[in-house]
Amino acid sequence: MTAAFDILLCVMILGTAGAALFLRDPLAAIVFLIVLGNLLGLAWLTLDAVNVALAEIAIGAGVTGVLLILARARLVALGDNVVCEPMPLWARLGAIALCAGFTAVLSCVVLSITPDSGLTARIEALMPRIGIENPVTGVLLAFRAYDTLLETFVLLGALVAVWSLGPDTAWPHPPAALRIFDPGLRSVAGAFGRVLLPMALVMAAYLVWAGSDLPGGAFQAGTVFAGGLLLAAIGGAIGLPRADSPALRLVLVLGPLVFLMIGLAGAVLGRFLLFPDGTAKMLIVTIEYALAASIAVTLALLVAGSPATPDKQD
Amino acid sequence: MDLPVLDHLFALTGALLVGLGLCGFIVLRHPLRQLLAVNVVGAGIFLILGGLGRGGSGTDPFPQALVITGIVVAVALTAFGAAMILRVAAEPAPENRQAGEDAGETR
Repeated sequence: MTAAFDILLCVMILGTAGAALFLRDPLAAIVFLIVLGNLLGLAWLTLDAVNVALAEIAIGAGVTGVLLILARARLVALGDNVVCEPMPLWARLGAIALCAGFTAVLSCVVLSITPDSGLTARIEALMPRIGIENPVTGVLLAFRAYDTLLETFVLLGALVAVWSLGPDTAWPHPPAALRIFDPGLRSVAGAFGRVLLPMALVMAAYLVWAGSDLPGGAFQAGTVFAGGLLLAAIGGAIGLPRADSPALRLVLVLGPLVFLMIGLAGAVLGRFLLFPDGTAKMLIVTIEYALAASIAVTLALLVAGSPATPDKQD
Repeated sequence: MDLPVLDHLFALTGALLVGLGLCGFIVLRHPLRQLLAVNVVGAGIFLILGGLGRGGSGTDPFPQALVITGIVVAVALTAFGAAMILRVAAEPAPENRQAGEDAGETR
């Protein structure tokens, strides 16, 4: 029974991916990508990876979907209808043959590796030392904290890169407003955003707290709150900040900064990112709350895009 | 129902997703659609990582953490790509821009 479900799920994943790639209508393709993200979330649940399922659905389906829909709408407004230029038949057939060959080789490689639980037992043995029970949070914030620290800087760097793509006249104005123009729709979206924003905040705070022992964590929580911020911005309940606002910049660097400071304090005690025995859980939760706040604001602003020249707004 | 392929089911689905995404990336001639294809390739790679980490005693938390990191980096890349596509679209074509600059100088 489980096998039948798994096979059906994989067939649906592949079919949805095909639709997301090869449907002619770009909006329909993006919607299929969102469906694909949700199906992948189900696949991760089947694989007992609830942490990844949460991240995949919130980020892979949610944030990426909103981002692409917004990019398409802005391209259409600029007169680009996102129509693919035709490609000669021989080139298309060549590409299909090439990718089929590549997929065959990749499948053989995948089949030659026996799936196994890898480091599960070793990580389980180390978990009591850091006082939390979610092994994925343990890997992210203790055993491989270095990777996660660098990742937060990647996210910050991406936002700086997106900001730097705005035209010269736009700096440091806010990105083009996300607000819905139709007044009726906007009042509905605004009311929804006002109700949802505090709920998203509570849910995000819970996800970080629960993330120590149960599935959850800073990235999932940050994304949930980013979703709340975006919906509130779409409904006009909140405006988008200017890029030179000191409060905004403080929130953006808070997570990476707290992480780096705690890491450096560890360096003074012996090793970079060392958590002294007994304090690990407290330090991890502190880092996670700071990270969740920074991730939420960074993701929301990544979706909103580059600064826009003020006369182009509203 | 003890086929050996079933152990590899999700990893193989991931491999097929990579192939599909790669094909889409080559065949689709619009940057936004190519960005979407890159996301499909990424999802396939994550599924290979996760599928191969599932053994008898549970799913390895280490690739799970890697995949979460990967998902976040993928969304950052998508946001940067979308911003670049929008900037290129907003910029007038080179020949028009030259004409625009000349007009600006004579004004």
